[in-house]
Amino acid sequence: MEDIDAIAALQDPVRRRLYEYVAAQGREVGRNEAAEATGVTRTLAAHHLDKLTEAGLLESGSRRLTGRSGPGAGRPAKVYTRVRQERTVSLPARDYRTAAELLAEAAEEAGLDAGLSAAARRRGEALRATAPPCADLDEAVRLLAARGYEPYTTDTDDDTGDPGGGRAGVVRLRNCPFHSVAERFPPLVCGMNLALLEGLFGTDGPVRARMDPRPGECCVVLEDSKNNEH
Amino acid sequence: MTASRHAFHIAQFNLARLLHPLDDPRLASFVELLDPVNAAADAAPGFVWRLTEDGANDAIGLRPAGEDVIINMSVWETPRALWDFTYRSGHLDTMRRRREWFERHLEAHLVLWWIPAGHRPTVEEAMERLTDLRQNGPSPRAFTFASVFTAAESAAEGSAHAAQTPVAAPAAGSGGTSGA
Repeated sequence: MEDIDAIAALQDPVRRRLYEYVAAQGREVGRNEAAEATGVTRTLAAHHLDKLTEAGLLESGSRRLTGRSGPGAGRPAKVYTRVRQERTVSLPARDYRTAAELLAEAAEEAGLDAGLSAAARRRGEALRATAPPCADLDEAVRLLAARGYEPYTTDTDDDTGDPGGGRAGVVRLRNCPFHSVAERFPPLVCGMNLALLEGLFGTDGPVRARMDPRPGECCVVLEDSKNNEH
Repeated sequence: MTASRHAFHIAQFNLARLLHPLDDPRLASFVELLDPVNAAADAAPGFVWRLTEDGANDAIGLRPAGEDVIINMSVWETPRALWDFTYRSGHLDTMRRRREWFERHLEAHLVLWWIPAGHRPTVEEAMERLTDLRQNGPSPRAFTFASVFTAAESAAEGSAHAAQTPVAAPAAGSGGTSGA
């Protein structure tokens, strides 16, 4: 299916809510859960989830959600995840991706990491403009969501986390907005991304960006500067 | 962790030209990271082996490619495991700062190749693979992350079996000229 057809499948508001819900979970979602979360019947949810799968926006599989197996475990339930392939439509046609790849390739060959990071930091600062530094992680989540990072909050998960109270949350980012160039030139582009977010959040404000890459996610996490001295 | 179901493992070799001697204060931030990053590699999923100098925990003292060129060699179960460690772990933060410590590369500085599981590649073998990559471009004998060949492709060419002998280079290419 062409990108424009796949994207057009999201015109239906229920379908779009279902897509956004499944995408935001970052894991397999069953029909019942999706129906409850979006406030529609299971039958309607199932219909639209399958339409989204046909459009290539979701992938479906089957899983025994109860964790039981063998006789009596029941039929496997159908589950859905977001397809990672990106879809874009631009009218008139534009090809910024090729431009980005060529510029990144040239920057990599010329060793322009420092210059690129400086430009990214300036851009982050310009986006912040005159606003005060981001006050807390909730505000950080809103800012990052608006920029397409798909943030979610988790507990600190490093082994050094103190067992007592005051466990600070960490905001992790499910989506890398620069994915295709970041995969090809990770140190260059991930360094750029970190500098952009450092510019956006400031380096001495209440919220701090730092690099903590994991497979399948953006390389940066945001944390409360007070609670995480490294 | 060395017990493995894979018949072939992926070997990685890379080198970097230092901007300053290792004991220069400008390299201190790099030297500090050596132990933690090596420990992270040892514990990473899919890690099999890495080169160390006799009596040391790393290969930082080995200089087969020049006095100011440090080397690094390791073996992983799959290219994905190696990629995830290199670019999707704390190691990326070290790579992000590479221009503070290393000269920019004018030619290929990282080479990947398939080896039979259990084989421990030598520095000579690694230098030959890098030379092959530089002279002939990516091939099943020697490739990069941007051009990964499968173990099957390498095996078909017979180039994953360089355990004892120099790279045979049976197919295309001008053959193995002097390595180091």
